[in-house]
Amino acid sequence: MVEDRIEREVVVAASRERVWEIITQAEHVGKWFGDSAEVDLRPGGAIVVRWDKHGTVYGMIEKVDEPQYFSYRWNPGIIDEKPTNEKSTLVEFTLTPQGEQTRVRVVETGFSRLPRSESERAEQFKDNSDGWAMQLRDLNEYVEQLPVQPSGR
Amino acid sequence: MNAREGDVDDVLVALADPMRRRVLDALSAHPQSTATALAEKLPVTRQAIVKHLTVLEQAGLVEARKQGREVQFAVRPERLERTARWMHHVAAAWDDRLSAIKRLAEDP
Repeated sequence: MVEDRIEREVVVAASRERVWEIITQAEHVGKWFGDSAEVDLRPGGAIVVRWDKHGTVYGMIEKVDEPQYFSYRWNPGIIDEKPTNEKSTLVEFTLTPQGEQTRVRVVETGFSRLPRSESERAEQFKDNSDGWAMQLRDLNEYVEQLPVQPSGR
Repeated sequence: MNAREGDVDDVLVALADPMRRRVLDALSAHPQSTATALAEKLPVTRQAIVKHLTVLEQAGLVEARKQGREVQFAVRPERLERTARWMHHVAAAWDDRLSAIKRLAEDP
């Protein structure tokens, strides 16, 4: 059955503090998420991710509990538009130490609260699809040009 | 992904209700059921079943067919599959981002 929730995990061979930096510092967010980013790391602060070819996605930070929890709302894939509550999804990162490693869990919820009107919905869906496809391409390019790391999985 | 078929949120809203999921399950186990037949299988009134079927039909998850004097319902799997694919797509994007986070964090 389809759920209104996405939950993914990865185990990283690095300290929780190190992973926290990667997830919350603009310099790093610009690498794993877009081409550049701004992060105002406080509740109500902005998280802004830019793609050179595509535009800018805006999110608003909800909660910061260093180094274990970080959440923000955004309109997934919506370009050049500030998030509003009724349109956004909530993205939550939870970092848990696991021996020398760190378990990173990301949960995205709220897809069923995307906009209601037919035209708006069609438009957002189009943007979503394009946005995700674009991000996947860019991420794959970014990941492929990284030096090969010893596997920590 | 077909941009003209932006009904993912309707499907998710329709599925958010546990009883609607049970109606859908019952209908896939017993295709071409009437609302009355479904009410006999589930612990709610026929009236409640009709309301749930209306939401499911608006989301494109079931279709109604008139058969003589009764209305029979059947599951339409296409939108369910499309929504599942879309959610899978979003999940795959997070997998890619988490992989990139992992590589960056493990980079000495």
